[in-house]
Amino acid sequence: MNNIPQIKSGKVISAENLTKKFGNFTAVDHISFEVERGEIFGFLGANGAGKTTAMRMLCGLSIPTGGKGIVAGFDIESQTELVKKNIGYMSQKFSLYDDLKVWENIELFGGIYGMKDKEIKEKTDELMKVLNFENERNSLVGSLPLGFKQKLAFSVSILHSPQVVFLDEPTGGVDPITRRQFWELIYEATAKGITVFVTTHYMDEAEYCNRVSIMVDGKIEALDSPINLKKQFNATSMDEVFQQLARKSTRKAD
Amino acid sequence: MKQLLSFIRKEFYHILRDKTTMMILLLMPIIQIILFGFALSTEVKNTEVAVLAPTNDEATSRIIDKINASAYFDVVATIHNTDEIQPIFRDAKAKLVMVFEDHFAERLRKTGKAHIQLIADATDPNAATSFTFYASNIIASYLQELMGPVTNPYQIMPEVKMLYNPQMLGAFNFVPGVLGMIMLLICAMMTSIAIVREKEMGTMEILLVSPMKPIYTILSKITPYFVLSCVNFATIMLLSVYVLKVPVAGSFISLVVVSLLYIFLSLALGLLVSTMTNSQQAAMLISGMGLMLPVMLLSGMIFPVENMPIALQWLSDIVPAKWYISAVKTIMIKGLGITAVLKEVAILSLMSLVLVGVSLKKFKIRLE
Repeated sequence: MNNIPQIKSGKVISAENLTKKFGNFTAVDHISFEVERGEIFGFLGANGAGKTTAMRMLCGLSIPTGGKGIVAGFDIESQTELVKKNIGYMSQKFSLYDDLKVWENIELFGGIYGMKDKEIKEKTDELMKVLNFENERNSLVGSLPLGFKQKLAFSVSILHSPQVVFLDEPTGGVDPITRRQFWELIYEATAKGITVFVTTHYMDEAEYCNRVSIMVDGKIEALDSPINLKKQFNATSMDEVFQQLARKSTRKAD
Repeated sequence: MKQLLSFIRKEFYHILRDKTTMMILLLMPIIQIILFGFALSTEVKNTEVAVLAPTNDEATSRIIDKINASAYFDVVATIHNTDEIQPIFRDAKAKLVMVFEDHFAERLRKTGKAHIQLIADATDPNAATSFTFYASNIIASYLQELMGPVTNPYQIMPEVKMLYNPQMLGAFNFVPGVLGMIMLLICAMMTSIAIVREKEMGTMEILLVSPMKPIYTILSKITPYFVLSCVNFATIMLLSVYVLKVPVAGSFISLVVVSLLYIFLSLALGLLVSTMTNSQQAAMLISGMGLMLPVMLLSGMIFPVENMPIALQWLSDIVPAKWYISAVKTIMIKGLGITAVLKEVAILSLMSLVLVGVSLKKFKIRLE
């Protein structure tokens, strides 16, 4: 009965002493946290801090060596398939197919998540309007500018209305204006009740999150809202907070 | 099911949009068949001959006529002294020089013995062996003519019959070989590259996070290449029957069954390669070096396995193409049915099962 209460209490992700060891190396070291429904949760850390490994476990891509995780109401170890149905994912590498047209990509991912043809068609029309993409519907994705692609990839990742979407450095290499627009899309998603779990390297983006956790050497060293964190570390920006914490790292970046 | 269909459609888009690769895949069997069929022929045909006959008499001209009339030879030059022999070979004017003795017919008549020297260009030893053998035969047949009705009471006449391939056409040997190679290339190499490309592009992660079952991913990856292989199989069959005149002597159904088994095996092999590598280049290298070369060298397609050192013969036993080619030869050339190739079918099935088992297991492990 452990699996159901999360929905009632509004917790979409909960991790309890989640641990991943590769041989002698502990990539993720007993992390515990909870994410509320509709929240934007920033997951920060230097390269090699264990962010990606933690995220992979929450997505059901990697089996934890210890601890427990519940995502969208399902156990990440024993109910992987149900977890996968209820989450969206967009990775730091571009996540659509360059040699497929815009609408073909949408159709493909709609099909993979088991959406009906009619529903896919409606969603496609809606998306084209919202993103102002009408003219690009038949373009190959590879011919679009990076900012366009990232916005499209995000929209496709929440096409099937998942409970939570995992974004792995979604705005890498994108110009500030497009990043701004990208975050507007994220806010729109949360307004629809989708929880956003995002990793980023841009500290200004950390300020946009409801709450932020900062990982150092596989452990969560800080977790609070940006305002509280700045107070706690006596800093004027999230960048300063991050610098103070990251300095403690003994692990080499990968 | 909808998942699978969406995904298969996507794979077809990938292949159809990549026009260059598709053209290569569709044209490759045609080019190979034409290359092997016409350019790289191992048959001796129209070999150029130069003749040196100091005395032009009725015996020499009869032999020269017979040589010239045979499909194996063309008399291209008549020379008049031995100094001219070297330049003939040096300038590659002829592959064979026939030197008759002085007063050839006269010696033959008086002493019952005359000499012809055959000087051959042996840079290609196999060809040289064949055409000198043909030339000797033609000379012997002249002798037979000369003797007229049999005078010797004891005669052994070997009657040689070339079974299955009476005209000794090279095509009978290489059509099965090209089949074995193309199938492996398309299925194994292209499948592995297609899967590894998803890994390289990072889209594999998206698929793994999605509720898409891994077996669906695999199935949809192999479907288009399966279709392509069938198209290629049909192309090769049509070319071989109508252009090269190599008929399917045995049961066509058996041939298709064995080929489907081999395609299945090649796809499994491609899957295995894809689980071992993370870049398209590595996949290409492994398929190219690890699969193509053994097929070319160890399958008996070009070099007879029987002449190889024992160790290589053993090695050739694990090359699937060897068994497939052997089965195709039995069915297509010898004209036998599926019952004649049960051993090959059993070995190929066993290999497929092992490959599918190992690659599915590896594919699963990688997800965790």
